[in-house]
Amino acid sequence: MGWIEAAFLVPFVEFAFMRRALLGALMLSLSAAPVGVFLMLRRMSLTGDAMSYAILPGAAAGFLLYGLEIVPMTLGGLVAGIVVALAAGAVSRLTVQKEDASMAAFYLISLAVGVAMVSIRGSSVDLMHVLFGTVLALNDDALILIGLVTATTLITLLVFKRALIAECLDPLFLRSVSKLGSPVHFVFLGLVVINLVAGFQALGTLLSVGLMILPAAAARFWSQRVETMCLLAIVIGALSSISGLLLSYHAALPSGPAVILSAGCAYVASVLVAPRGVLVTRLPRTAHRTA
Amino acid sequence: MADACITFSDLTLGYDSHPAIHHLDGVVEKGALLTVVGGNGSGKSTLMKGIVGMLKPMGGACAVAPGTRIAYLAQQSELDRSFPAQVRDLVALGLWPQRGLLGRHTVKDRQTVSKALAAVGLEGFEKRPIDTLSGGQLQRALFARVLVQDADLILLDEPFNAIDARTVADLIALIKGWHGEGRTILVVVHDLDLVREHFPAALLLARQPVAWGEARKTLSAKNLLRARQYHEAWDRHAPWCAPDNAVSTARNHTGAA
Repeated sequence: MGWIEAAFLVPFVEFAFMRRALLGALMLSLSAAPVGVFLMLRRMSLTGDAMSYAILPGAAAGFLLYGLEIVPMTLGGLVAGIVVALAAGAVSRLTVQKEDASMAAFYLISLAVGVAMVSIRGSSVDLMHVLFGTVLALNDDALILIGLVTATTLITLLVFKRALIAECLDPLFLRSVSKLGSPVHFVFLGLVVINLVAGFQALGTLLSVGLMILPAAAARFWSQRVETMCLLAIVIGALSSISGLLLSYHAALPSGPAVILSAGCAYVASVLVAPRGVLVTRLPRTAHRTA
Repeated sequence: MADACITFSDLTLGYDSHPAIHHLDGVVEKGALLTVVGGNGSGKSTLMKGIVGMLKPMGGACAVAPGTRIAYLAQQSELDRSFPAQVRDLVALGLWPQRGLLGRHTVKDRQTVSKALAAVGLEGFEKRPIDTLSGGQLQRALFARVLVQDADLILLDEPFNAIDARTVADLIALIKGWHGEGRTILVVVHDLDLVREHFPAALLLARQPVAWGEARKTLSAKNLLRARQYHEAWDRHAPWCAPDNAVSTARNHTGAA
């Protein structure tokens, strides 16, 4: 039993920073994974990616003005993310251009502004921190922020669940019975932004989208129901967080990439062996029913 | 005379300043069963969108009696068939007007959905994933959703497209049932024989109203010939219509340029 304890329990029992990292990552899984399920079902998985670049100049502005402080960097990221989401949404709704193109345009502008701003003052170490985060350095402020985001996300998802599903399933129908179609889209983009912002302190702007998309994409292979998919995504996210932190501890890897790599393994395993994955659907079927 | 359900007053609907429905006047009475017929691009779907309020009039008005609950089955559904939903989820969307965003779906609601599915011949399809339905089965499921919506005004845009004869007969029976319950129904139909055989009234469109009345009279050879002579294409140099202020200002600007 000794080595199991040493491998799985000791890191969390002995080190407070590991416990904080675990708490932060578990809360992020609870919050970001179901958001990722809806992103995926709306065929917006890459939008999550784009938004994670979009928050960079805001985080950079906070960093330039106040240094490595969680609150200004978070608020900056939030503002930048919302500006890009609203601008992209407005262009797609007011002109002939679709949202994929306008989103790409605005996130690229945003990314360039962000990198330029960091390079004005920061060293490459600072840039690495903004881009890739440090889950092992989560302070009280960061944990409180993640907790608030998690609560907001879960409540909002519960309230808007029906509208979100209707907007994915049959948007024209929703428009014919309700005026919620457009507002619910922006509320949802707002959720994406706050979850990315919550994640970037721990995982960095580039990887915070990983806990959102990978567990959701993996869950899709296991279930046909939205609710089950959300729960599975949360479980996959939580397990990836635990195994990623342990991997990071034992193999001396950076924590963000370790967590996302674990989620990546869960995804690849799901692609291969899940009931709706490659192997099962390609197996020759010898039996069929009479009707 | 029955009350008006929809009142068109000099209604013009269109896109990019070109009319798709030009100067439509008339009243659809409560409880009417009206087919809307005409060639491709004659303005049928545009009229439906105008009634639902998805398209704002370029001129005139389209007034639906206050408090009317509308069910609209679009021609080009934006339904995402790859979405992980079951047939009962799709049909239960029709409960939106009653339950809204937050109202819980009750046991009775579930029975309503099942009854609607039975009524369209999809008994036992509750848990079928929607991506396993055939085109006709999906259309029946969408009719079940209209049933669940329990609307006063039902707008069906080409509901019989690519549907087999047996299903068309079933769907027409449903429409007649709704008509018997006093609901107002507008159906866009392409098959003129179907209209003559099953429906009492028709509105013949050709980017403007050609005829409106009893179905067989409306679909006379003379009217159909007139309808066929309209121009489907937009005329970029067509003169401005209706000398109201906004338009004449626009015309003056064009003239100056």
